[in-house]
Parts: sequence; C-alpha cells; structure tokens
Amino acid sequence: MSGSNVPEDLKYAPSHEWVRIDGDVATVGITDHAQHELGDIVFVELPEVGQKVEQGKGLAVIEAVKTVADVYAPADGEVVEVNAALADEAGSINADAYGSWIAKIKLSGPLSTELVDAAGYKAML
Amino acid sequence: MSHRFIPLTSVEEKEMLQASGVERFEDLIQAIPQHLRLARPLDVPPAMSEMALSREVRRLAQKNKGLSELVSFLGMGWSKHFIPAAVDTIVSRSEFTTAYTPYQAEASQGSLQQIFEYQTMVAEIAGCEVSNASLYDGATALVEGLIMASACTKNRKGFALASSLNPRYREVAQTYSSSNGWTFHDVAWTSGEGALDRKAAEKVLTENVGKIAALVVQTPNTFGLLEDLEGLADLCKAAGAVLLVVSDPLSNLLVDPPGVFGADIVVGEMHALGVPTSLGGPALGYLATWKKHLRQMPGRVVGRTLDAEGKRAYCLTAQTREQHIRREKATSNICSNQGLMTVAASVYMALQGPKGLEEVAEQCATRLAYVRNGLAKAGIKPLFAGVPFQEQAFRLPAGSRARVEAACRTAGLLPGVWLSDLMPNVPTETILVCTSETHTKQDLDLLVSILSSAGGAA
Amino acid sequence: MLHDDTGRTLFEKSHPGQRGTGEIEWDVPRGGIDSLIPAKFRRKKAPRLPELSEGEVVRHFTNLSSKNHHIDKGFYPLGSCTMKYNPKVHETLARLAGFASLHPLQPADTIQGALELMWRLEHMLAEISGMDAVSLQPAAGAHGELTALLVVRAYHLSRGEDRRKVLIPDSAHGTNPASAAIAGFECVTIKSAPDGRVDVEDLKSKLSSDVAAFMMTNPNTVGLFETRVEEICAACHSVGAQVYMDGANLNALVGITRPGDLGFDVMHFNLHKTFTTPHGGGGPGCGPIGVKSHLSAFLPSPRVENRDGKFTLAKPSTSIGPVHGAFGNFLIMVRAYAYILAMGPSGLAQVGRTAVLNANYLHQKIKAGMACKYDGPYMHEFVLDGSILKTMGLHTSDFAKRLMDFGVYAPTIYFPLIVPEAMMIEPTETESRETLDRFAEIFLEVLRECKDDPELVHTAPHNLPLKRVDDVKAAKDLVLTHPFD
Repeated sequence: MSGSNVPEDLKYAPSHEWVRIDGDVATVGITDHAQHELGDIVFVELPEVGQKVEQGKGLAVIEAVKTVADVYAPADGEVVEVNAALADEAGSINADAYGSWIAKIKLSGPLSTELVDAAGYKAML
Repeated sequence: MSHRFIPLTSVEEKEMLQASGVERFEDLIQAIPQHLRLARPLDVPPAMSEMALSREVRRLAQKNKGLSELVSFLGMGWSKHFIPAAVDTIVSRSEFTTAYTPYQAEASQGSLQQIFEYQTMVAEIAGCEVSNASLYDGATALVEGLIMASACTKNRKGFALASSLNPRYREVAQTYSSSNGWTFHDVAWTSGEGALDRKAAEKVLTENVGKIAALVVQTPNTFGLLEDLEGLADLCKAAGAVLLVVSDPLSNLLVDPPGVFGADIVVGEMHALGVPTSLGGPALGYLATWKKHLRQMPGRVVGRTLDAEGKRAYCLTAQTREQHIRREKATSNICSNQGLMTVAASVYMALQGPKGLEEVAEQCATRLAYVRNGLAKAGIKPLFAGVPFQEQAFRLPAGSRARVEAACRTAGLLPGVWLSDLMPNVPTETILVCTSETHTKQDLDLLVSILSSAGGAA
Repeated sequence: MLHDDTGRTLFEKSHPGQRGTGEIEWDVPRGGIDSLIPAKFRRKKAPRLPELSEGEVVRHFTNLSSKNHHIDKGFYPLGSCTMKYNPKVHETLARLAGFASLHPLQPADTIQGALELMWRLEHMLAEISGMDAVSLQPAAGAHGELTALLVVRAYHLSRGEDRRKVLIPDSAHGTNPASAAIAGFECVTIKSAPDGRVDVEDLKSKLSSDVAAFMMTNPNTVGLFETRVEEICAACHSVGAQVYMDGANLNALVGITRPGDLGFDVMHFNLHKTFTTPHGGGGPGCGPIGVKSHLSAFLPSPRVENRDGKFTLAKPSTSIGPVHGAFGNFLIMVRAYAYILAMGPSGLAQVGRTAVLNANYLHQKIKAGMACKYDGPYMHEFVLDGSILKTMGLHTSDFAKRLMDFGVYAPTIYFPLIVPEAMMIEPTETESRETLDRFAEIFLEVLRECKDDPELVHTAPHNLPLKRVDDVKAAKDLVLTHPFD
C-alpha cells in the first residue's frame, strides 16, 4: 500500500490505529500511513484472548526490521479474538493495512475521545 | 606540545581555532561554567616513554606467579589449555582488533561472517539450534539465562537452583536477584553421588505451582561430576518451566550436550576454547537455545542474507530484541559483548575440528583418571561417586590442608580449589582438582605425591 | 561458483579427515574415552565443526579480516564510540605471561602484581573523574550502568527507602533504560529542551522521593555540555535522588573538568572508548564504575585493599556482591593502565581539548552542507539532522553507505532519537587535521551527489566488498547458523 489510503468508514486514533465498531466490539488495526512509516513488518506480538486492556495502554506490539511500535487500545475492554494469521504472515499488514486487523476488543468503557473520522485523520497526516 | 597519540601540533591548533571561528580554545567550552573547570593538572604519574611504561608494567607482571610458572590444578570454570600460535596471529590482526560493532554490514563482513560461524559452532557443541554472539562470562551468562527463562514463562520469578552450581556463578546470580524480585529455591544433591536430587527438584516444582521459571542444573557440576539430564526437560515442561543447563563446552565433545536432552537454554563459559585464563577476564560467556525462544534471547545475533547483487552477505539481525530499539523492554541491556574472544574461539575450534577437540577433552579426562588412580592407592577417594570429566572433588584426611599447602608452596604447585571455602555443606579438606592436556606426567605424579604424603597420617 | 568465495564458510571449506592441529603426546596410559565415560553419557553425534589444515584456517580468517573497515585502516567517526587509535604496546603488555596466564582463583600472594595494577588503575580513574572510589568489575559500559544502579538501589535500601523510579532523558542511549529495567526500576522519560539539553523544569516536575536516580550523559548525546548540571544535581539531591553520569562521552571532559566536581554521585567509564582499549569488533570492553564516598560501601566485591604495599581482597558485608565471575576484564585493564602511564597529566590535558577542537573544526567545514538540529559550539561530537536528504528522495542510511565508498566508516546513524535522520560524528583527538579536511571534502562531495545523482547514493555502496545488504530479508528469513542440511 502507498501510505495514503484512509477509508471513510473507520475511526482513527492520533497514534495511527484504525478502529471499526460493531455493537460492543471494536476491531483494531494500524493505518496505511503507519505501515508505510514502519517499513517491512516482521513480527506482531499479539495479546491473549481474554486479556483485559485499558484505553490508551498497549494492546499489541509491531516489529519492523529496525523499529518497534506499540499498538494502543482505543477503549477499556477484553480481547475476544486475535488475528492468528499474522503469526505466519506479519507482512500482510504492509500489503493490506485495513484488511489485516490485529485484535477485537469487547468494550467495557467508552471509546477514547481522541478518535476522529477519516477527514480528521487525513488532516493529521 | 603534541603527544605520540595526538597528531595536532600547536601551529595547527591555532589555525583550526581560527577556522572554527574562535580566538581561544576557551571560547569553545563556554558552556562549561568557569568554576567547574579543572584548575590543576591531574594527579597521575608523569607521561612515560614507551620504554619506561613497558618497564613499569612488566614490573607488575613479574610480581605475579602465573600458570606458566606454577603447576596449577585450579579449575571451577577456568582452566589452562594449550592455545596454538595461529589463534593469536589472527586475533592480533588489527582488522579484527580495531573494528567495532558491525552496524554497517557492507564494511564489516569479516566480523559478521566470523560471528556467524562462531554462532554455528556454539550451537553445534551445545546441541541447540541457535546461539548469540557471546556474553561477558559464564557467571553473567547464567544471569542472562535466568532473565530469559523469566521472559519465556511470562515473567515467573522463582528458580529451582541446583546447589551444586558453581558457587561463584551462584553469587553473581544472587547479586541480581533482589532487584529483579527473584526467589531461589535450592535443590540439594544426593548424599552418595553428589548428583541433582530429582525428588527435591520435583518437590520445588510441585510446591510452587506456576511460580518457577526454570530448573537450573550444571553439568559437570561443581564437584566435577556429570549430571544425568534424562527426563528433566519433561519434568520442567509439566510445571510450565524451562530447563536451563550450565554446561562445560569441552565436556560436550565426549558427552551428549544439553540440547539433546531438550534443555531450553544452555549457558556457560567457553574461554577454554582459545582464550587464556587471564585472571578470569576477558572470558567468554555463551548462550544457546532454540528458534522458538529467539524473541526472548539476549545478545547480538548475526544472520545470513544477500546483498543487492545476490551475493551472500551477513548482518546483525533480530535487532528488535535489543536495547537500541526496545530500550527498557529489551531482552537484555547488553551492547558490547566479548567480541574479539569469539574470534579466538572460532580460530581455535576451526584448527582443532571435532577430532582435535575430542582429543583435548580425552586428554583432560585421562589425566584426571591418572590422578584419581594415584590417589586411590593412598586411600584418598573422591568426595562423591559419579562420572567426572576434567575435574573432581577429593576428600583429604582431616587436618591435612595445612600440610598440603606448605608442601605445595615449596614445590611451586597449586593443588586445586578448596571447595569448603566457597560452599557450605562441603567437608573441609575437600579439594577440587582440575587437569588438562597441559599437565605432564611429572606434574600429575608430583600432585599425587604431595596429596598422598601430606594427606597421610601426621 | 568456485572462484567467488564470497561468504563461503568454514563449514563449506571443510574436508573430512583434515585437522589443523597435531595429535598431542601421550605420556600417561590411554584407556580410551569409553573407559572414562559410560555409554549412556557418550556423545552420539559429533558436532559438525570444520575440518581444515592450519594454513586453510589462517587463510580463511585472514581473508575475512580484510573485509573489515577498522581504525588502523581509516577514519572511523562513529559518534559516541570514541574510535581513537589503539596503541600497540598495549597488546604486547596484555599478553605477558605474568598477566595472561593468571587463574582467578589463585591465592592473593601469587597475584600481587595484578592486584596492584587494579588498585592503581582504580585510583587513577578516580583522580581523572573526581570520584572517590572505583570498581573495575563490570565487563562493558552497559554492565557498568546496571552495576551502578544496583549500587544506588542498595544505598537507598540501606536508608530504609525502596525507591522504584529512574529518570532518563529521551536522548539517552538505549542501554540506559534497558539497564534500569533489568535493575528492577521503572523508567520515566525526561524531555529535551529546545536547545537540545535536559529540560530542567521537566526534570524538576518529575522528581520525588520515589526517584532513585537520574541518569544523564554529559556531554549529552547531541554533543552539548549540560550547563545546568549543578542545578540538576542540586535538584536531585534535594529529594535524595542520586545522579548518574553515563561516561560514554567522557573523552570530551578529560583534562577539562571532572564528573565528580560537577556533582555526580556515580558514573561508569568505557575503557574501550576513552582509554583506547581496542574495540575488538564488538568487545571485550570494560565498564568500571566510579562513586562518591557515600556509595563506596556498596561497590561490587571483592575489593582490592592495599596495606603498606601488600594487596589483599576484601568482601565487605555491605557490598552488592560480585557482578562478574572473576575480577572483570583484567587484560583490558592492563591496557588502560598502560595508556594512562603513556599520557600522564600533560597528555591527558590535551585529550579533551583536542577532541573538542577537532569536532568543532570538522563541524565548521561541513555545516554549510548540512546543519545540526541544535546549536553549538559542541564538545567532542556533533549530530547532524539529515532531513534535507528526504527532499532528494534519500535517507541518512543512504548517505552513510555512500560515505563508506570513500574509505571511511559511516558515522553513527539514527541516534539519538530526538534528531530526525541523525548522523553523529565524533572524530576524536587521535585524528590529524589532514584526515578531518579529507573527510569534510568527502562529506561535501557526497552531498553534491545527493543533489546531482541521487540514484548513485541510493544504491550505495559501490566500492566495498558487498553492495547494499538486505537486512529486511535477514529479519524476515532468519538464518542464524550455517544450514548444514
């Protein structure tokens, strides 16, 4: 991906996560801009299913060749599913940032007030 | 006023100051408050010519009696071996000595390939899949192994430590333990064989469910005896712990290495393969493990790849574990390691090959057997029944230590390590004797003679 | 292809049955391995070590060595590493049998010379740094950092305080937070101010009685002396926090000022930087620590004591214990000791001075081409901001690779993190003016190429044994040992 793709139907965090809400479940990934900045991703440290997460705190860790980046949870909750396919093919995030989700969280608190829509995120870049 | 190591002349200094846009040097250090600047020369000895300083340093060297003068049977992790001249020839090359961390792979292929080969040989000896580019020494390698075991078990902080671990290594682990919140559970040795008491190990694991990160065993242990590792990995696995083995690499030429028994982490001291005893430093710590544990492994690691033209190339890799990227979340804080000593070990191992190393190991063990047989004739027995490699603890008659030490002083001999000085629960007059291929028959006969007669009835 | 030896390993050159050493003589009865080791223990599969003649081994490593850039060959301006000349007499002296053949467990009366050397070196380092006591045990800088933090922790505990936080600037070397984490502390980041120095107000706002120490590098990692160091130390001391100096940049201060006089409580030295012991391709180093007297009781044991010229080893009960299996990297200490004897007060007085002058001179010569993020004058190193390269479609890494085509090593890149596309240049005092002039020319030439022929720079290096190495592939397809199968 080119680094400039920003789908309209998602929410975005200033820390470059995208979030899709379905009822009380939030699906989280990193944006096209983020994957472009990181370069080739070689490993994703996924959370465990059942793990409790806190808004603004670490949810997952992405390793590129020369850098490491934290993925932050957009709200309090519990991890209900992780994208196990990333274990074999971490690079799919580079190929398709929005198709390669990282984890799904069942929300137990409100979403971060810092989340913006596509226009707001484009303005940040 | 210039110095042989500082090319700048006073004429050049003037010109360079001008070129830097200042009148005086002091203008460059205005950021340093005046009152904080040194107002006197440093109080160290006046500068010496190379001739004079060589004389002074040799004076200090001559005040030591090393293993080239004394016949020594000291062991416990360090031992004297013969190092072929070619090792130092290569180690002395400034291409290896005056290079630094191979961050720029294209200009560092020499070091990178050498480290890659070293990693391969270490993994082979340990019976594991991977090794890192070295750690400081055997003791700190144990500590790094403990940290790694904790990381492999989601931060467990309890360790079952064999009491027959090298006491010096145990002390170093102790230093690190309080700040890490580690708890050590001692696993005793069996009274007849001095071997790891498996029931005691099981007890620690079952009484501390979910808390033990690793069972730590040393082979040969500090009495010099081989530990039977069979089944220990399963024991650990059942408790969710890892098996961490401290192993003498030279012994692993004769004995199946810990990797064969499923040890998760293998650590130890590798100086015996090409590095002189050096008062214990620089030494050469090693750590070997499996690919599945790679993310928790400390230290640098070199990998193989290609360059832009498809030629084989080597570079530092898996760097996201390390401090310069992960910072406080790194697997270790280690940056510089024992570098040049891995060159020494690589050359030594390449010269010896598997047959040469096996032969050195056989020589060491055979000479120990010769001593053991000689002592047996005088009624001096090993402390424990068991299979030794190159060192063994012997029980001397009560009250014999003073006589032994006096006789040794006269003969210019160091008979071994008095284990009770370093370990509780070991009888006094227990001496750990270590032999190597460098001991002649005369050396061995002398030791046996001194221990036999001084150990005899008063 | 047989004629291309690139990357061929020992294992590929191996031929079964060959051996580079001869059989050792047997003057005792040889019963054979099976008589020594029972079958159940015996190694079943021999390790796949290479089998080569002595000459083949020597040729292999000699050829490998020629692929390294090294200080004896050319300029090596790695910032923060102090790549200065390694005097050769040190190598001779470190190899003396009276040093190299010593066993660490020998009785003290047989190693009086070694103990004396260590005792003297401790005192020399204390004098050079303005500290009260020194331990030589840590085997590298990072090890020294960790040891220092353990000492600080022990100090606080002795006063009934279990302080859990360590403050660290965002510009610090990665070993600082890594060491703090391993020492059991929580790291709190202190911001850098607009001038590149520690933001003292941010520091003050984060000081509390839960802070064990503030770790700082001085000069800092952008080559600037922390002018407010006294104020910083006073602020830390007012809450009982200790101030630690990362001594990686000590070369800038030698003969000019002393960390102890600036107010630091504890610091580490890098003998393989400031004191010319060789870098060895990544070690062995030696990372002693220096402390003020209130911390000396906690230094690692054993301690060397001098009673009228008789040297003994003591184990104070207050010590944190040993951090190394023996005394540390002793043969490295021998080299550093010889260096200090070679320099004397007059030589040492020129070290910092010349290092600083060389750095500022070099900076003047290239600043028209590329600017530093922070203003000078600098101490022994300066950090360029390579962001302008991005406008040419290039990165600092490309620039660094192209520099190496001209026979110099690249500066440190991408450190510290507070400078984008950073390039850290430390010439050291052992480089001649001519070398600096030449490097400046090379630098400006490469900059011209960035504008006129960016593709050449983007695909550099061109003149080294290899072209650009694919480190992405190395990370994705991990091959960490020779693939035998």
